[in-house]
Amino acid sequence: MSTTSHVPQGAHHLRGDDSGGEATTTVTVPPYSSDQGDKDAKFPKVIGPVDERTGLAAAMRFGLGKVFPDHWSFLLGEIAMYSMVICLITGTFLTLWFVPSMGHVTYDGSYVPLKGVGMSEAYASTLDISFEVKGGLLMRQLHHWAALFFVVGIALHAARVFFTGAFRKPREINWVIGVVLSLLAAIEGFAGYSLPDDLLSGTGIRAMNGFMMSAPIIGTWLTFFVFGGEFPGEMIIPRLYIAHVLLIPAILVGLFVAHLILIVLPKHTHYPGPGRTDDNVVGFPVMPVYAAKAGGFFFVVFGITALVSALVQINPVWVFGPYDPTQVTAGSQPDFYMWFSDGALRLLPGWLEFSLFGTVWSMNIFLGSLLLLPLVWLILGIYPFLEAWITGDRRDHHVLQRPRNAPVRTAIGMAAISMYLVLALACINDILAIKLGLSINDLTVLFRISFFVLPVIVYFVVKRLCLSLQRHDREKVLHGSETGRVVRTPEGRFFEVHEPLDAYERWPLVYYDTPRPIGETVGPASDQHGVRRPLAAAAGLRRALSSFYYKDSISAVTPAELAAAHQHGEHEALDGPEVAAAIEQHGAPVSEAPGDDYYRDGIKAGRHS
Amino acid sequence: MSDVAPDSPHHPIRKDRRVSSPAALRRSPLALLVVLFLGLCFTGTAYAALQPAVPPGTSSSTVSPEDIEAGKQLFLGNCATCHGTNGQGVDPIGPSLVGVGAASVDFQVSTGRMPLPAPQVQADRNASQVQFSEEQITQLAGYIDSLGPGPDVPAEEWLDLENADIAAGGASYRTNCAMCHNSSGTGGALTRGKYAPTLMGVEAQHIYEAMVTGPQSMPVFNDQNLPPQEKENIIAFLKNIEEGGNSYGGAGIGSYGPAGDALFVWTIGIGSLIALAVWIGRKAA
Repeated sequence: MSTTSHVPQGAHHLRGDDSGGEATTTVTVPPYSSDQGDKDAKFPKVIGPVDERTGLAAAMRFGLGKVFPDHWSFLLGEIAMYSMVICLITGTFLTLWFVPSMGHVTYDGSYVPLKGVGMSEAYASTLDISFEVKGGLLMRQLHHWAALFFVVGIALHAARVFFTGAFRKPREINWVIGVVLSLLAAIEGFAGYSLPDDLLSGTGIRAMNGFMMSAPIIGTWLTFFVFGGEFPGEMIIPRLYIAHVLLIPAILVGLFVAHLILIVLPKHTHYPGPGRTDDNVVGFPVMPVYAAKAGGFFFVVFGITALVSALVQINPVWVFGPYDPTQVTAGSQPDFYMWFSDGALRLLPGWLEFSLFGTVWSMNIFLGSLLLLPLVWLILGIYPFLEAWITGDRRDHHVLQRPRNAPVRTAIGMAAISMYLVLALACINDILAIKLGLSINDLTVLFRISFFVLPVIVYFVVKRLCLSLQRHDREKVLHGSETGRVVRTPEGRFFEVHEPLDAYERWPLVYYDTPRPIGETVGPASDQHGVRRPLAAAAGLRRALSSFYYKDSISAVTPAELAAAHQHGEHEALDGPEVAAAIEQHGAPVSEAPGDDYYRDGIKAGRHS
Repeated sequence: MSDVAPDSPHHPIRKDRRVSSPAALRRSPLALLVVLFLGLCFTGTAYAALQPAVPPGTSSSTVSPEDIEAGKQLFLGNCATCHGTNGQGVDPIGPSLVGVGAASVDFQVSTGRMPLPAPQVQADRNASQVQFSEEQITQLAGYIDSLGPGPDVPAEEWLDLENADIAAGGASYRTNCAMCHNSSGTGGALTRGKYAPTLMGVEAQHIYEAMVTGPQSMPVFNDQNLPPQEKENIIAFLKNIEEGGNSYGGAGIGSYGPAGDALFVWTIGIGSLIALAVWIGRKAA
């Protein structure tokens, strides 16, 4: 099997100058033991007797001595984690009063606009939590807002991991666990907002009922199995309840613990920076610094969520009224994480439904629900393995990539997000229409076209942006940053003074790999006689994908290039006394602008970059 | 403190009686008259300001022949271009008005929808565009009703919201109205740029008239499928929302359900958390 070779990154001797790094804890020892802080840290005496009976001290020493790097984007996952904790706490409170039953009652609580109205016990108890139980409404709103923050946190955390390449070896399994967690979060959220049995949530359950019914052949049986008979029946709320409070949370918490363990066992990733390599971690140990920061951040998340819950209404079930299959309200949307599926239903044309062998095939629903929902998470789950296969990269990675340094991945990710956003916005087409004064029909047509066209545009724009940023980085490394000071030499020539980067600034700009397409490293597809070498179909596909990913890649500045650029600059400075004089006058070392030496050297040297 | 009875002459507050303090003035016999006067003035002004253009119960039979004739002149001068000189309609720009009734005229004209300022997808409610005085609208309504009988302007007894059942109105509202106007009465989108307008801030008489006449895309809810008492209940339910009867739990972000929540959580919500994450990430040990 051929593997992609990597452009040599022998810049270590240049980078070696600044390995002192920042004034933070830097430990450089072999991987998997390299992220431990002070080994001689003293623990309180009470640990002794406990350790004698449990042997936990070693694990604690390992855990508490872990070094975590500092970056705000590493806290996005913590937003999700803390929101989940808030959901667990507030959810426990809500179970003390919520009655998961579709038994019929007549409301006799304090909310006048529903007095005497027939409803399910689930809805009546939700009204009681909102209006009779002290602090109940705040708890409900905390639970719902925290659930939204949970999903937003997961989405942003996943995006961070994706765009920085943190899913690469050895973290593919943890990525898959994270993908499953995000799926569970969406299901958990759906089950949760379906429980109050208000008009909006009942409409959501009706949509789910339709999703299941669109399954070819078995659809009807499937819905009767899940609903215990014809919709709505009296089973679905109790069943969703046990899924919401026991089944899914148990799996969610279990997988979350696994997710955490797989974060702690290998060292944490860090962004490229001075002194940061694949063999170390630059950051703070858990005890005491990181624990204080992370613990403090929990209170920040809890505080903001509580503030939002106290000030902003969410899911006012009393406004929607009790669920009644004969009713529906305008502006019925699920919570935002299910929008893309609902939006797909709004975009799919009705003629996709047909009758075959006496059975109705509702492809207009099936494609946007039973196919799309698993497909999205499946693609997310297999992406790391797909990229590893294309790249042929089997090395461990602990330094993150800047998104621009993986242009095709970044472009694919952004294109996928744009596709997702089109579907999601299609789900609120009615609200967009009324708020923007547009026709809902025009919006539907626009979204249908955008779904196919926008990702292509986004892909090319983002890829070009990444490549431009990479070129800009090269430019900066080779020639320094522009100072804005234009110097005129005594003979009347002008040049702009460029300030070379110091080693600290240079490090993150040169510390990355640039894989080359397989075709370039294992030779062309045909030998010297023009005979095609036999390739398996998979290998051919791999070769094509590799070329798609890496044919345009721009490599980092190599030490040789850097040395050449510097030497070139010095050489010129010595060569031209007037330039040297100008430098002296302005007191700054100079690496000249490319345009300038283009003029001066002309044919003699040409452009050196 | 003192345990002297409040009405005893030795009570500390009673001592101030001869001083004309605000408390003493409040007890003056004149105060009642002043309050009564102010109350009447306020009620009268509010009634004049909020009074519907056409008095309840108006139809061609309650309007004098002279007013109907005056209404005809108004019609010829302002409406006939689109609705035809005899109200028979001009295809395709204006529908026939024979049989639309006084209620329809009052609804369309006194909400500022008609005369239509320009051809558009649907006529918008616009209080600043009401072109006619109350008297003129009554005359117009009488004239149109005389072309062919239609729904009358509703009687006062269905608009005073006495004996109305808010909860029953809510149930009728959710069955008949919420699919277009939203469960909180804030409106919703229809096809091709049309929309069901918000019901907040609409006068009871106009809501009733809309139900009996079915303006624009709206279906007609006649007295057979929605008896007058149910209409009154629905209006009472909407007025209850308008007065804040369902606003609990904080600011409502436009009553647009999960769309508003999503907008909030993805902007202000996560924005503030990220700002604080950046702050914590930067904070030196």
